[in-house]
Amino acid sequence: MFKPLPDSRSGCVTLTIDGQSLSVFEGQSVAAAVLAAGLASCRTTVVSGSPRLPYCMMGLCFDCLMEIDGVPNCQACLVEVREGMVVRRQQGRRGLQP
Amino acid sequence: MTDLYDLAVVGAGPAGLAAATTGAEQGLRTVVIDEQASPGGQIYRGLERSPLAEPGFLGPDYQRGAVLLERFRAQDVEIIDRSSVWQVTPECEVAVTREDRVRFLRARRVLIATGAQERPCPIPGWTLPGVMAAGAGQILMKAAALVPDGRVVLAGAGPLLWLVAWQYVRAGAHVVAMLETVTNTARRAALRHLPRAIGAPDYLIKGIELMRTVRRAGVRHVTTVTGLRALGDENVKAVAYCNGGTWRELTCDLLLLHQGVVPNLQITRALGCAHDWDQAQLCWRPRLDAWGNSSLPGIAVAGDGGGIVGAIAAEKRGELAGLEAAHRLGTLSAAKRDRLAKPLQAEIRRHTRIRPFLDALYRPAAVFRSPPDETIVCRCEEVTAGEVRHLADLGCQGPNQTKAFSRCGMGPCQGRMCSLTVSEVLAEALSRPVEEVGAYRVRPPIKPVTLGALAAADLEEFASDDHGHEQPP
Amino acid sequence: MSATINCDIAVVGGGLVGAAIAYGLAGRGLKPVVVDEGDVAYRASRGNFGLIWVQGKGLGFDAYARWTRLSSEIWGDFAQELQDVTGVDVAHRRPGGLEVCVDDAEYQERAEELHRLSEQTPGFEYELLDPAALRALVPGLSEALPGGAYCPHDGHANPLYLLRALHEGITRKGGRYLPEGPVSAITPDGAGFALTTRAGRLRAERVVVTAGLGSKALASEVGLDAPVYPNRGQILVTERVTPFLELPTAYLRQTAEGSLQLGDTHEDVGLDDGTTSAAMKAIAARAVKSFPFLESVRLVRAWGALRVMTPDGAPIYDASERHSGAFLATCHSGVTLAAVHAIPLAAWIAGADPPPEVRSFSAERFHVQTAA
Repeated sequence: MFKPLPDSRSGCVTLTIDGQSLSVFEGQSVAAAVLAAGLASCRTTVVSGSPRLPYCMMGLCFDCLMEIDGVPNCQACLVEVREGMVVRRQQGRRGLQP
Repeated sequence: MTDLYDLAVVGAGPAGLAAATTGAEQGLRTVVIDEQASPGGQIYRGLERSPLAEPGFLGPDYQRGAVLLERFRAQDVEIIDRSSVWQVTPECEVAVTREDRVRFLRARRVLIATGAQERPCPIPGWTLPGVMAAGAGQILMKAAALVPDGRVVLAGAGPLLWLVAWQYVRAGAHVVAMLETVTNTARRAALRHLPRAIGAPDYLIKGIELMRTVRRAGVRHVTTVTGLRALGDENVKAVAYCNGGTWRELTCDLLLLHQGVVPNLQITRALGCAHDWDQAQLCWRPRLDAWGNSSLPGIAVAGDGGGIVGAIAAEKRGELAGLEAAHRLGTLSAAKRDRLAKPLQAEIRRHTRIRPFLDALYRPAAVFRSPPDETIVCRCEEVTAGEVRHLADLGCQGPNQTKAFSRCGMGPCQGRMCSLTVSEVLAEALSRPVEEVGAYRVRPPIKPVTLGALAAADLEEFASDDHGHEQPP
Repeated sequence: MSATINCDIAVVGGGLVGAAIAYGLAGRGLKPVVVDEGDVAYRASRGNFGLIWVQGKGLGFDAYARWTRLSSEIWGDFAQELQDVTGVDVAHRRPGGLEVCVDDAEYQERAEELHRLSEQTPGFEYELLDPAALRALVPGLSEALPGGAYCPHDGHANPLYLLRALHEGITRKGGRYLPEGPVSAITPDGAGFALTTRAGRLRAERVVVTAGLGSKALASEVGLDAPVYPNRGQILVTERVTPFLELPTAYLRQTAEGSLQLGDTHEDVGLDDGTTSAAMKAIAARAVKSFPFLESVRLVRAWGALRVMTPDGAPIYDASERHSGAFLATCHSGVTLAAVHAIPLAAWIAGADPPPEVRSFSAERFHVQTAA
């Protein structure tokens, strides 16, 4: 859905999304990286399990909720990618480990 | 730890940056809190750490922000970045979360400069992956150097839509069509404002030039679109549009929607500031005086968050707010403030001259404010317009009752994406004006905060109100 | 202004108390007209925690303890009927309830209270739980807690869906819902009562005042006394979580959707339904102290709810002697008592003999105390 323009970024970081290793440009948000990687969805909704991708990219719509480094329901558009980051799609409600 | 500042500015967009710079220039101990990693808000997003080798294609307006940022950095104002403000109290206490740690800041004055958000564009299918707000497309260019690699359709109305189309065309993206929903009624109404708009020739010329470039690039421009639907199962495959009574389809990989921008009111609502309905812009705005003071002492608003004025006027309003802060906190006399304000006020008048024309021309059509029954209006809880109308039939008189009875507005976004729509749907169903129907009650935290961070927060006990608040003039 | 509406019985206030009574009246063949305020009103019903709580209620007031227990026993059938009539599932569950004590003093106090209650009110069951028993019931509870108590009579429901179901039910059973409040005056006219609403006038043979904090003024117009005052409780609600807690506790319960509701406070702040950082922190701290694994769960909303409190915390039910046909009903446990309001209390208002407990809830009990 999205491709990078020739750009001035020199660095890349490696992270995993649902176990799949990806090399992404540093300095961008996790949500942007997800879109650039062409993922079909970043989460499924709590009510109907429908797939969603980010909508507003500015922290208002909460459609970009993902699990980042073990923390569920993070707004991926507000988190910058980092080397070794572990990202997972948010499948419906978050879980808890009592 | 609670710290005491003179001026706490929420939001590092043009208004917030200008206010903080001016405040600091006037000797106020100032702090700016912002969610992003670097300042600039959305309009100047990515300016300081641009991933683009050649940001010039974004246009000259974007580069304006560089001057503003330079002035801001020169003042060495403290900026708390990557942080969410989740509460502002009438006592000017600001609750901030950064990396799961909560901090309470105290100030003698708080300036809310959280800007605008896009008006929700509820059409059937708008929750499909691949349907996004037009502003999101622009943010991806500025902050991540990403452009669409497939077929893009832009749909809706507003200057931003044309700007994104223009930027995409210059960046080499394949923009298939611009489906414009501007109504004939709106065009006629806008003509009445044209004489005044001609007093802002640069805006008009810029607009015409944008449209010309986009059309010349082969983008199909469909006018007077009266219906839109996003089609697909797991993601958007096509957009259906109605034009001249006929429905047609265009295949696309990305659909960008836009129906203008409206003030982001989460903080002012949660604070309990007074708000008024703006019939020209079809949204609420906080009740402010000429200096940006809200209905609560010590709380002020500057920029698009006080009513849509555009980036340049927002910046000037921010400067005014900085002067007013200095005056209220005793470091600037009224006479000097007025003198310094004069050229700013003239700039504001100049840059808002185009607004009545734009507001009239791009007035969102009723079908996009109160959509068909099957349209999801609450994206978080997946409640449809039809369900809201059914609740009106049941006797619900307003959005807070419909929220209680259906969860519409109770999800993570806490009504940001559905508040205006629900108020409009109810107004139509109850045959009452929107301002009478009202809006959601907004409560803290206006951004989520973990129980652990809240439980561990250091909260000094305030025995009395002795923070040295500004005195009424 | 609409023409005067005539009806056999008017219910002033469409919150949980008024709606339950009106639903009951409609089910008995009457045609109640419920007059309700608009979208923004104090609406204690919207702030309710949702517990159907027997544990600890009515110590020193046996009738209240029995009335509460009765409601809890018939609530299940009541919920089923509501679903059958309206299609709305109010998520009623009765797994029993838990008190989780965070320190020894609290545990001792609770143990004593429950023991006295079981002596006072035959049939009241409970079980004290030591830390091991507590953790067996709720995995993940902090090991540092001194203990708690389990009561099999307790349960919970969704208070908002309950109100929605009652409103739908009233209409389906032939009643009317008029969002034309507030009622500014009730004038007894010999044969009945004339009500002045925002939109016009209403004439009713009988009237039930169930206006929460607004009951005081209206009750006095029909010869009744409603010594109610606001008591604020702050509540927090979190993001949705997969089910892990079946048992509701007094300060924390997991809703059917998965979100956690946390409470609470008891504050004397007049009509201020706002929240405070200190209370939010205290509520969060208590939750995390009891359930340490909750520290990563996010709070999404907090609110203050104004309980409709009476001098002893128990309901007030009264029939006016001076103006026959006027009634008053108020309480702060609108969810717990919804079942008895819809069934035996509505029956009494409709003309049946009063349930044995009802006389104990007259506001006369406060006058006796003042005189003494």
